[in-house]
Amino acid sequence: MPFLQLNRITKRFGATLALDGVDLAVEQGEVHALVGENGSGKSTLMRVLAGAIQADSGSMSLDGAAYRPRSPMDARRAGIAMIHQELSLCPHLSVAENVMLGVEETSLGMLKRSEMRGRATEALAKLGHPDLNPETEVRHLPIALRQLVEIARAVAVGSRVVILDEPTSSLTEKDVERLFGVIETLRGEGQAIVYISHFLDELERIADRLTVLRDGRNVGVLPAAETTADEIVSRMVGRQIESMYPRSPRTAGEPLLQIEGLQGVQKPVEASLEVRRNEVVGIAGLNGSGRTELLRTVFGLDRVRRGEVRVGAVSGPASPSRRWSQGIGMLSEDRKLEGLALNMSIADNITLASLRGAIVRPQEQERQAREWIAKLAVRCQGPGQAVGELSGGNQQKVAIARLLHHGVDVLLLDEPTRGIDVGSKEQIYRLIDGLANEGKAVLVVSSYLPELLGVCDRVAVMRKGVLGEAKDVETLDQESLMHEAVGA
Amino acid sequence: MTGTKPPAKEEKAVSGARTWLNIVGLVVAWLLIFGVFSVLKPNFASFSNFVTILRQQAPVFMVALGMTYVIVSGGIDLSVGSVAAFASVVIAWFVMRGYSPLVALFAGLAAGTACGLFNGALVTRLKVVPFIVTLGTMLAARGLAKGLGNEQKIDAPATWLNELVAVLRPEHKWLLFPVGVWVTLLLGLLMAWILKYTRFGRHVVAVGSNEQAARLCGVPIDRVQLSVFAISGLFAGLAGLVVFSRLTVGDPTVAAGLELDAIAAVVIGGASLSGGQGSIAGSLLGALIMATIRAGGSQYGLSNWVQEVLTGGIIVLAVALDRLRMSSRQAS
Repeated sequence: MPFLQLNRITKRFGATLALDGVDLAVEQGEVHALVGENGSGKSTLMRVLAGAIQADSGSMSLDGAAYRPRSPMDARRAGIAMIHQELSLCPHLSVAENVMLGVEETSLGMLKRSEMRGRATEALAKLGHPDLNPETEVRHLPIALRQLVEIARAVAVGSRVVILDEPTSSLTEKDVERLFGVIETLRGEGQAIVYISHFLDELERIADRLTVLRDGRNVGVLPAAETTADEIVSRMVGRQIESMYPRSPRTAGEPLLQIEGLQGVQKPVEASLEVRRNEVVGIAGLNGSGRTELLRTVFGLDRVRRGEVRVGAVSGPASPSRRWSQGIGMLSEDRKLEGLALNMSIADNITLASLRGAIVRPQEQERQAREWIAKLAVRCQGPGQAVGELSGGNQQKVAIARLLHHGVDVLLLDEPTRGIDVGSKEQIYRLIDGLANEGKAVLVVSSYLPELLGVCDRVAVMRKGVLGEAKDVETLDQESLMHEAVGA
Repeated sequence: MTGTKPPAKEEKAVSGARTWLNIVGLVVAWLLIFGVFSVLKPNFASFSNFVTILRQQAPVFMVALGMTYVIVSGGIDLSVGSVAAFASVVIAWFVMRGYSPLVALFAGLAAGTACGLFNGALVTRLKVVPFIVTLGTMLAARGLAKGLGNEQKIDAPATWLNELVAVLRPEHKWLLFPVGVWVTLLLGLLMAWILKYTRFGRHVVAVGSNEQAARLCGVPIDRVQLSVFAISGLFAGLAGLVVFSRLTVGDPTVAAGLELDAIAAVVIGGASLSGGQGSIAGSLLGALIMATIRAGGSQYGLSNWVQEVLTGGIIVLAVALDRLRMSSRQAS
């Protein structure tokens, strides 16, 4: 019997089946990689394992005993440590205090500081880093060392299973080497390690076996050493392209948006792209590859470090309000947080970016909103209804209507179909197609490859902040895009 | 911050130096302000005047101690001014009824702590944000104080309670400062020590620094928050004692705005309202700066309104300078 075993784990969120009877088995002294596309269920599965959510059905066992965590604390007590992408450290506490947080050594409530320092240093030394000063406040450490502190915490509290969620996504190559050394040490100690990564080239080096997830199902357990990236990719994407994408034949016109050698604060590292009239251009890439940051930088939300963005013939400093007046609109990937004012009405939301003068005329707002509601088939009670009461798909239509109402020529759409139902998706695809035919230029970021292949005229892939060349969609397929995205 | 040079021992020195830099900066700022008033008003810079400043502003120092804990844990306590007034009325009520001063004193502290526990209970059980909870308590405690005093001051006969922050008698001159000032200082040392060297203190910082992480590591968040508000209430009670001591009456309308002075003192002292950061020494120096401005302003004969505008400006300036310093440090 494997040391850690997950049996037929099923988890449903509303209408979506996130996990559909997934099995996973990890041995002691094994690095077991978990791979799959964005949304394939990896994080959900790990959240079940780490006690953050409970499965609807299925069972787990650890070291031969049934394992049923009710909370992250339960999981931690059972010896399961999750190292998140966003690290869970207290930045204002020292390294030693973070390592020992919750398991401090005290006498009468007073910290035994030298013992704590000793145990922290011991844990760090075990990981090959005895030189890290345990008194340093964590906020003064670079990200790679913070990660190390979090792993040391797992070691110090006696974890038996360590889950690493995309641990290399924000590390430099040198730091990745250092991390691999740490992982080797953990393996040598007999820890069971679950390693989640999108970077397939890493797996060959560090993993023993890998489990591939696709659409919430386990589609294969493979030995890492003998599996090629090709095999992994084809298992990751192996699905049919649905025929819900209406792309009309059209010829692109003059360039409306030109991005040249753009570099942002952290991402993008290097991006050049041209979006022309009558054209839909897509950007593929993994989560965290810098796609959103690219749109934000183009739109003037993030600072430009180098390079240039030209709108028509104009270049120069950018701010969102300037971009709006140049005819560029952006749809945020986070509709609820950045996109819409949920408790304001549909009319208010649609006209928000286009209010002129000091005085707002509600009747005029409502009249305009009614036009857009009809044009985009927004299902609602009327322009006065609060946006928060609409379904996800209809909210998204309102968000797009805001761009159109402002009369923009260039639309930057970040994950335009995230979290909306299939019917609304199709309507949004049709809308995008119509806009391109009308003479607008559309730039779409999406994690869903079939969507990009179905909607766009050209697609470019972003990897670790670097944007590849935009290629004609006829020459591309899911596998070639995924290959480029994972760099294999 | 991408390069990961092997962390050298200097890191610690840097962390420690930053704390010291903050303290030194505050001392310098205070010396400057004190200096300006000394030039403007020749007999400002005297020891007895310094003692006077401490005596007059003792409640702010007291309240700032508890407020530091609340703010470091990521909360805020707007009720302390009203709670101090309530505690002072409770003490006066007991003294007036002929109870021993010691009983009155403990009743006052208990009243303050009870208000704090009430705040903490609402924050942890009902999950209402501290701002709203303590805003409610601020109004309620003021009401209770007025109710207990029948909307009037309670006059109480003089007892030894009134000596706490009074000018020292000649035979006690060797003490240099009134007992109340010494008590504040000792409590400050104690609270600074607890914050830095006990499990509870580190948990307070952890909760303010990253509540999710603290929860994950098994830090009893609710207990920490409850304790922090209880401590703030206790210190508000002590402030009430000081207020009563100076006035010999329980005045339900006293100490209005004390909470804002305390918050300003803590923030000037280097704390961040988003939690995790702040020190007792910093808060006490912040309170000293506030007290000096208040005292200097009134002794120089500035009109009340000028003083208020001045104080407001200095608070915003102090914090803005601090943030500027922080961001330039992060950029480098």
